[in-house]
Amino acid sequence: MQETHTTTVHETHDVHHHEIGFWRKYIFSTDHKVIGLQYGFTGLCFLLFGYLLMALMRWQLAYPNQPIPIVGQLLLKILGPEQVANGAMQPDLYNIFGAMHGTIMVFLAIVPLAFAAFGNYVVPLQIGAVDMAFPRVNMVSYQCYFGGGVIMLASFLIPGGAAKAGWTSYSPLATLSGAGFTVNGQTLWIIGMVFLITSSLLGAINFIATIIQCRAPGMTWMRLPFFVWAEFVTAFLLVLAFPPLEAAAVMQLMDNLAHTSFFLPSGLVVAGRPLDISGGGSPLLWQHLFWFLGHPEVYVLILPAMGIVAEVICNNTRKPIWGYKSLVYSVLAIGFLSFIVWAHHMYLTGMGTKIATFFQTTTMIISIPSVIILTCFFISLWGGSIRFNTQMLFVLAFLPMFGIGGLTGLPLGLNYAVLHLHDTYYVIAHFHYIVAPGTIFALFAGIYHWFPKITGRHMNEFWGKVHFVLSLIFMNLVFQPMFAQGFAGINRRLYDGGAFYAGATVPVETAWWAHIPFIGPVLYVLTVSPDTSTIPHYWVEVNKDISHAAWMLGLAQIPFIINFFVSIWKGRKITNDNPWGATTLEWQTPTPPPHGNFDKPIAAHRGPYEYSVPGLTADYAPQSQA
Amino acid sequence: MEIPYTVDPRPDTGLYNAKVGIWLFLASEVMLFGALFSSYILLRVGADPQNWPHGLLNIPIGTFNTTVLITSSVTVVLSWAALKMGNFRRYRFFQAITVLCALSFLGIKSIEYKDKFTHYEIWKKDGTRLTGHLEGNPWFWNTATLDIKALPSIKIHPDPHHYKDPRPPKHAGAPASDHSEGHAAAVEIPRAEIKRLSAFVPSHSTYFGIYFTLTGLHALHVLGGAIVIAYLWGPGAKMWRTQPIRYTNRIEVSGLFWHFVDLVWIFLFPVLYLL
Amino acid sequence: MSAHPQTVAQAQPAAAHAHDAHDIKKDVKKYLFVFGALLAGTFLTVFMYSVHFNVMAVTITIAVFIATIKAALVAGFFMHLISERKAIYAIMLATVFFFAAMMYLLVWSRGQLPKGGGWWEGGNQAAHKTEAKGK
Repeated sequence: MQETHTTTVHETHDVHHHEIGFWRKYIFSTDHKVIGLQYGFTGLCFLLFGYLLMALMRWQLAYPNQPIPIVGQLLLKILGPEQVANGAMQPDLYNIFGAMHGTIMVFLAIVPLAFAAFGNYVVPLQIGAVDMAFPRVNMVSYQCYFGGGVIMLASFLIPGGAAKAGWTSYSPLATLSGAGFTVNGQTLWIIGMVFLITSSLLGAINFIATIIQCRAPGMTWMRLPFFVWAEFVTAFLLVLAFPPLEAAAVMQLMDNLAHTSFFLPSGLVVAGRPLDISGGGSPLLWQHLFWFLGHPEVYVLILPAMGIVAEVICNNTRKPIWGYKSLVYSVLAIGFLSFIVWAHHMYLTGMGTKIATFFQTTTMIISIPSVIILTCFFISLWGGSIRFNTQMLFVLAFLPMFGIGGLTGLPLGLNYAVLHLHDTYYVIAHFHYIVAPGTIFALFAGIYHWFPKITGRHMNEFWGKVHFVLSLIFMNLVFQPMFAQGFAGINRRLYDGGAFYAGATVPVETAWWAHIPFIGPVLYVLTVSPDTSTIPHYWVEVNKDISHAAWMLGLAQIPFIINFFVSIWKGRKITNDNPWGATTLEWQTPTPPPHGNFDKPIAAHRGPYEYSVPGLTADYAPQSQA
Repeated sequence: MEIPYTVDPRPDTGLYNAKVGIWLFLASEVMLFGALFSSYILLRVGADPQNWPHGLLNIPIGTFNTTVLITSSVTVVLSWAALKMGNFRRYRFFQAITVLCALSFLGIKSIEYKDKFTHYEIWKKDGTRLTGHLEGNPWFWNTATLDIKALPSIKIHPDPHHYKDPRPPKHAGAPASDHSEGHAAAVEIPRAEIKRLSAFVPSHSTYFGIYFTLTGLHALHVLGGAIVIAYLWGPGAKMWRTQPIRYTNRIEVSGLFWHFVDLVWIFLFPVLYLL
Repeated sequence: MSAHPQTVAQAQPAAAHAHDAHDIKKDVKKYLFVFGALLAGTFLTVFMYSVHFNVMAVTITIAVFIATIKAALVAGFFMHLISERKAIYAIMLATVFFFAAMMYLLVWSRGQLPKGGGWWEGGNQAAHKTEAKGK
């Protein structure tokens, strides 16, 4: 039975009850909206930091061993000559940046933004709750995340630098890299991960309990907005998939510090001397435990984005989503299947054919619900009255971009193709297409969409569209050539960008027209054929184009950043609490929603996407409307 | 602003919030210990039988610890039942036994650990191995210690059997570290003959690695659970006067956690001590 | 947090309390019975251990079987799972399924390594031989 909430006038609410100071209100808040914003700001800062790491790496790939302009001397001062020789990136530093780019983007940026920031702010509002089920646990989960982030950042500054064994931290390299068996960057990485895992677990438990227990009257399961379903499944993935990685992290920590051999095989020889360990461990065990989380983790990255896409599509086509039931069953199927596909990341470890076949099959099957979801979104556009605001543009771009990312994943699910493609730039292109012009575009859409509800002001539409067009162009210029680089065989994580692989230490100059996006490679290959000896050099040269596009992509975010901050104070004010004419419950609150969210008792009387209902004068019916 | 269903259950699910929360947390713990058990299986199957010690853990002590934990499990549920019947004093009585059981479990575990830290194995360069106690019973010595201390030789009181030797039937059930046959006289082994020296610490072998990880993590959970129960017994008991049902729910939820900890031990004991 | 709803709610089920009290007395009997069963199971396990079976698999099966029974008793009665709600069953069923899948797939993958173990255990001797030949 829902507790009826005594109505108090919004302005006097705080005066009557408790005057909470600045610290309790903004820093140690238990209000889900404040916590959501905390996650959002911190996540965006880490997104920028992760981008900067990549931007520096791309200098090394485009102009190998040349001092980085401006920043190089700064890095030299901060990190020391071992990692930065005369302003040029050393191989170890390249690996450090690579490992930390991955870690920061996945665990400190995307998951907190997609799952925790949007989820915390929007989910309680959309289900008609006053807050999360466990507000203090919510606060602690943010603090764990923050602490984990601090540890990860601090690891850059200790001797030897941050972790450099990849975001996947494979043993034995993770234990033996650098000054092994001491508290080094890898050790801090593991400790940071434990904090981040704790944060995710607490947050996920909160979400599931809230969605089960705190729905408003009338808010049945099949009336939930699709965003809530997506967050629900994502939370389950986090609750069940993270603990094995926590166990593995504890074991790797013991390998690093206590000289155990969980993941270290017998007979290891380092610098000519056999290691004084017991041996008998299994490097494969780490891989299994890591990827048991790792695969559900990538679904954690995409499902909230799909949820945001659903919300924005319905709102800007003025139509209900097509195939709500299919979407719900598909997202549940994805959640279930994502636990039993993980070893497709391990095809080249010498697995037997039977088990490889098993994982191949489940991997192929899991593509089906993903395609169903994308198809439902596409069909939802049919016959819609499309409003091309910034968030809709991002969402419209999400659809084909995620499509490319998903389709290019299919060869990677087949172990024969993986023989050629494993650990190449093809893999990088595949997953970046999903996360970068996929999830991040959906996150941008979410920001433009919910900004008016949070701040009471609109972001500038013109600069939003500029941001969109530039981001779309440069995203594709960055990642599209990588597919071909991967087919050509250029491996990941190569500090020289593949030059050694190509046998080219002196770059071969190619004509200007060979660098035109998309057409250039085709023309080049056609003109030099049948002599294919310079083609590997060409693909290494393409690194320059990719790097230039990557830096332009960074510049394209400047209008967004300025727009974001200026609009908070100077944006066009909203004229009513529901500027987009949306049906879901978060738009039925005052702006911004007060502590307790709803100023009158709220209940759901209809489905989540009742747009263009025949017989009504308005072109939408809010969920709370009887 | 009140969060609904913190005390009264929600009609359609029949649950109050904290119960959903704790079961979800226990689900995550099942995966955590499940991953460790899976690792145990993988490590054991992949281990050379000569390097997988058997019979080094004291079974009578382990059995006693198991009964201690089972007792604490029943007292925790009896204390909750007492509280549901409104009997605060009986609740306090049973819960005190729970905490005492927890502390004695941890105490006995510490003794077991100490026993391992002072028990050594020497691998000699000629391929022979022996286990036993070192003169003076030091802790945590290893091969590097011999060089740091510049010891020319080391004195060890060997055990009657090495764990890789097949056990004669009359010793079945008694631990290999059983000293009932008395210590053999000290044997002196020169440093030059020693390939490796290690106490029975995590780095000794993957067996001890996983043993200490599993039991160590479990012990941390015992400690954490005991602290929560003790807090609710002591300072947290104020809530019984103001919000008795909410307090009872807290006892139930902490009790669920405690039972889970017992559950893990129910599997840990046979797997580590007996198999 | 106001104390009003609490005290109201507390006063109200005085009658319900009496009804619960009777049920709880029955439950207490159940708990003590389960306690006895758990102790018996423990001693049975240790006793079984001293009976040496020839095949290791038999020992493992019996030990795990008894442990599972004990665990079921604790979960079913002490944790009230036997009378718990659907939502909790759903959560725990999903968990147990994924735990079993993880354990099974992990162990299966180990059985699928080449003869002699993985490359780090010196396995796949056939590949070593062809390499040697090639040299």
